[in-house]
Order: sequence, then C-alpha cells, then structure tokens
Amino acid sequence: MNKAYLGIDIGSISTKGVIIDRNNKILASGYLWTEGNPVQAVKRLLVSLKDQLDHSQYQIVGVGTTGSARKLIGVITDAVEVKNEITAHAIGTTSQYPQVRTIFEIGGQDSKIILVENGIVVDYAMNTLCAAGTGSFLSSQAARLGVAVEDFGPIALTSKHPTPIAARCTVFAESDLVHKAQIGHSKEDIIAGLCNAVVTNYLNNVGKGKRIAAPIVFQGGVSKNVGVKKAFEAATGHQVIVDANGHLTGALGVAIMVKRKGVERPFSFELAQEDFTTRGRECSGCANNCEVICVYRGNKLIDAWGNKCEKGAVKVG
Amino acid sequence: MEKRKISFPHFGSYYIPIRHLMIRGLEIDYVTPPPMTKKTLELGGKYSPDYVCAPFKIHLGCYIEAIEKGADTLIQVDGVCRLGYYGELHEQILRDLGYDVVFVNLARARNRRIRGFYEEFKKISPNLSLKKFSTALLTSIDMVESIDQIEDYLRKNIGFEQQEGSFDRLYEDYLQALSLVESRKEAKYVTSNYIKRFKEIPVNKPLKPLRVGVVGEYYSIMDGFSNHQIEREMAKMGIVVDRYLNVSNSLFHYPVKKMREYIKGYSSYDIGATGTMTLNRALKFAKRGYDGIIHVKSFGCTPEIDAMPVLQNISKDYKIPILYFSFDSQTAEAGILTRLEAFYDMMVMRKEGKA
Repeated sequence: MNKAYLGIDIGSISTKGVIIDRNNKILASGYLWTEGNPVQAVKRLLVSLKDQLDHSQYQIVGVGTTGSARKLIGVITDAVEVKNEITAHAIGTTSQYPQVRTIFEIGGQDSKIILVENGIVVDYAMNTLCAAGTGSFLSSQAARLGVAVEDFGPIALTSKHPTPIAARCTVFAESDLVHKAQIGHSKEDIIAGLCNAVVTNYLNNVGKGKRIAAPIVFQGGVSKNVGVKKAFEAATGHQVIVDANGHLTGALGVAIMVKRKGVERPFSFELAQEDFTTRGRECSGCANNCEVICVYRGNKLIDAWGNKCEKGAVKVG
Repeated sequence: MEKRKISFPHFGSYYIPIRHLMIRGLEIDYVTPPPMTKKTLELGGKYSPDYVCAPFKIHLGCYIEAIEKGADTLIQVDGVCRLGYYGELHEQILRDLGYDVVFVNLARARNRRIRGFYEEFKKISPNLSLKKFSTALLTSIDMVESIDQIEDYLRKNIGFEQQEGSFDRLYEDYLQALSLVESRKEAKYVTSNYIKRFKEIPVNKPLKPLRVGVVGEYYSIMDGFSNHQIEREMAKMGIVVDRYLNVSNSLFHYPVKKMREYIKGYSSYDIGATGTMTLNRALKFAKRGYDGIIHVKSFGCTPEIDAMPVLQNISKDYKIPILYFSFDSQTAEAGILTRLEAFYDMMVMRKEGKA
C-alpha cells in the first residue's frame, strides 16, 4: 500500500481538492462551488475524489486544509496541517515551477502577490479592506453587461481599442463603465478595458513597490481570463504563465506540507456520510457578545471557537 | 462643591499613571472607562465622522462609556497630527449629543510645559497646588517609564515562556502593584522588583530567535485593543517582538535630531508625528538584520502613509520584508491572523533558506 496525501482548499467561491503520492504526483483532483456551505462542498468533493482514487494502491495518511474555511474543515477532517493560503500557494507553485520569481493571485474576494527567490518566499502582500479588482468585481460587471464571465477573456481579445476605465475603486469603475457604454463604446472594448483596469488596480495596490521579476505565474479564478493574462503581459513586459491546474495550487501546496510534516492520522472517505453541523451562539459575558461557533459531529461537540476570553470558552470532550 | 470625576480614554496600561496624576495631583476622582468592547467601537463609530482615524472613534466610545459610568469631566491631549483637533471635535460631538460635561482640552494650553497644563487643570480644580501637581506628575512619569520597561521585556520574551501564561499572570500582579504606588520611591521599587521577577521566569529562547520590529502610528501601535493584539499574536508564535515607540521614548526622551540625521539618505524632511521615528527604527531594524518589520497604522493616518514609500525603499535596499497593517473600526480578525501567519511562515522559510 502506498501513502497518499489529501489537500483541500476551501475558498469563498470555490472548493478545491487534490490527492498526491509521495512524488507530488496528482492522483485525484476536484473543483466545485462552495455555494456558501463549506461543509457540504467538502462532502461533495470527497465523493468525487473517492471515485478517482485507486483504493487498492493508495491509502490517505494525512489531510491538510487551506483557504478561508480551513479551520472549520480542518476540525472536521482531523487535519494534520491547517495553513493559510499564502503559504500554501507559495509551496504549491514552487513545487511545479522551481524557477518562479513572482506569483500573481487573484481570487474571488482577495488578491495577493508573492515574491520568490531561489524557491523561498521573500515578500508578499495581500489586498486590504477592499475587493476592487478581484473576481467578484468582474462577475458583477459581467452581469451588468449581460455576458457570462467565462466569455470575458475571449471577447476582450477581439478588442482593438480597449476603453480606459477608472480602476481605483469598484464604485467609480462601475459608473465609468455605464457612462462609456452609454456614449457608444463597444462591448468588446469595454470588456478589454475592464481587464486592463483589473491589472492596473492590482499593480498599483498589492503590487505597489514590489520588484516584479520573471518567471511570473498567475493563479486564482481570474487567471482563467485570457484578457487579464494578456493585460498583465502588456503591463509587465514579461510572459505570464497560467497553469491549466492553477486552481489546484493551494490544495497541492497544503498536501505537500502534510507530506513534509511526516505526521500521520487515519482518514476515511466515510466522512462524507457523517453528519456535521455548526451552531452559533452569542456569549453574554460582556458587551463584546462574541459569536461562539460550536462544531458537532452528530450530537457530539468536537470543537468551538470565536470567544475572545475565558468567559465564552466552551468545553469540548 | 462635589469632587469632579474625570476620565481619559483607554490607552494600553497607561490608565494607571493617568489615574495617579488625577487622584494625587489634582485631588479629584478618576473614572477608569469600562474595558473596551465591540460596543465601544459601535458607539464611537456611530457618532464620529466616517473618515476620521480609528483612534478618534475609539476615544469617543470610551468617553461615552465613561460618562455612563459617572464621569463628569473629560480630558483630551494635544498632538502633532489630527490628534491636535480631537479635543475640539470630541467636545462638540458630546455637546451635540446632550452630554453636560466639562472638557479639558490640553491642546488649548498656553504652553506645552508643566506650567501650561497646570493652568488648564486649575480651571477644573481651583485649589490646585503646583507643588502637588508636579510631584504627582513626576511619579506618574516614573510609572510610565516602568510600564514601558516591563512591556519591552515582555514583548521580547513572552513567546518563549516554558509555562503558558506565566508572563500574563505576573503582568497582572505587576499592574496591581503599580496601581498602589504613591511615590517615586515606590515606583522605583516596584519596577526593579518586577523586572527581577520577570527575568526569573524560565524561558526557552533559541540562540538566534526570529526578530520582528514594530513601527507605526502612535495610538494604534500602543493600544492592544486597536491593533487586535498583533504584537502578542506575533510573540506567541515564538518571536522576539521589538518596538521602540512608547510614551517614554516619544515624550520624555526623544532624540529627534539624531534620528533625523540617521535617516538622511532616505528622508530629508521631518514627516511629522511619528513618521521620523518609524523610518529611523525601520532602518535600524533592517541594519541589525531583523527578520521582518510590521508597520501599524489606523486607516487614513497621513503621516504614516507618507512614511510608507520610504519604508518600501528600506525594504528593497536591505531585503527585509515589511507587513503593512491599516486598522479601521471594522477590521476582520481572520484576515489579520492569516497575514500574520503567512508572514511568520515566510520568515521561517527565509531563515531556513539562508542557513
């Protein structure tokens, strides 16, 4: 029996999972929408992964989680490693592109830049406070233009004169877009303009003051948009690599970390059949009114968090 | 006339020396605002201009909660940024809300020495004796220095305690002891006694631990509630956290000329407020080979925004990573922890890569 490692990346928009062997080879992978229910998404993910894996050859010996629901899913899967997505992405990318110097990542709600030297992360930045220039911005503008967001890239490529669109702020960009459409700019020019705006915004915010060196790898949901990729290439003057499996990088990274950690814990796909619920309860210990989240397997409390002090502590076990 | 009940917004552990100055120096009662909570932020945010810096909102929340707890007199200090206008606006907002309080705005003092402050306080305490005021002020200053000295040791060592919670427990004891201090002599005794006791706490410090320097805006950096306790969170990962900016180093001994000289190649002019100190310390941390720098400010803090491009130059020249935090009244904690965690991982990887 060979050892296999499961990495799960639960983002705000999508949930990704990979199973790797000890040579980091991907044995199974899955990608689906989180739909606001991370527990359910992971159960569906496990069902799909289970079907892909050769169970006579491989046994999963450890789970790792990353992404914004990493803690919750980490508890449910009894994960060996619960890691932030910045580190996971860096590890995942350098395992596939050892020469990489810059990683661009634009997801549904956030965007980040990671600078790498000799396979080691030397600097990073993440957007703060505002989701301008991320996937959710593109999705809402696609809806406004009556175009599927998946078609944005190919349409953008047909534009000869991208419309300049104010990139600084989503609200400004939106009113600028409406105005430009009303005075007669064509749809493909506006879409190409939006792709440029995302890139300008990114380079002026998270990329500000960072030395961008090639090779550049571009990841996250927005990397699937060829219009944005092209705009990045024009702005940086370098070729930008988009891996077909780029969306799996975070999951891959955390799976590799599980392997490196060397700690093993039993895992069973039966998890997908178990009943997990979370219940929130407001602590009335003080005016903070911390929302304490309790996680149950069946009727058994398995973990709780959210309290700022001892007053709100929930005993587990 | 009934004794006045005065209050000042929370500011780390400095409420202890402030209370001493009020009770012993002014001979009036002091109302310590209730511990800050989400409600403090909500109250402050509700009645503040939306774009004002977070400390303004936090202070306003503290004032309202202190009034509800019985305070009838409030103080605000002067500052070299928007802080200088806080008092004026706080007073106006509280009046508009219908609170009938006396407001001591030290920004109005004729001069910024003991004499000037004494004159301002005399307005609420007519029998105020300059001698008593000065004596209490000196003791309070000693208490501030004491807090700064102890907390400096805490930041550098709490991450390595062998027994979880041993530093916190002793720190609680220390604050208790400091609260009872009545004279400079006692302040001195408490300080040396507790420094000794803190040093006795067993720590597991590696030969070359990770070191992080913290720089940034005055209030957000020093008030744990405002910065979601990031220094603590960092330290607890097993890091030496070093911060120079505190009340003693900025008010009592601030070698501004020397500091400006040191950063000459990076900034020819004084940025204002804490900007010069931010750059000076960042450069020092960089030259000393620290593993990273954390820059802390409240959202919209102009002097610190001005310092940021220079920090980026320092970061590039010395290859030292800098993590920037901008706190507002509704910053989500999960995002802060994610960034801290990633910063930590990065420093570990860089260190392993170098070795």
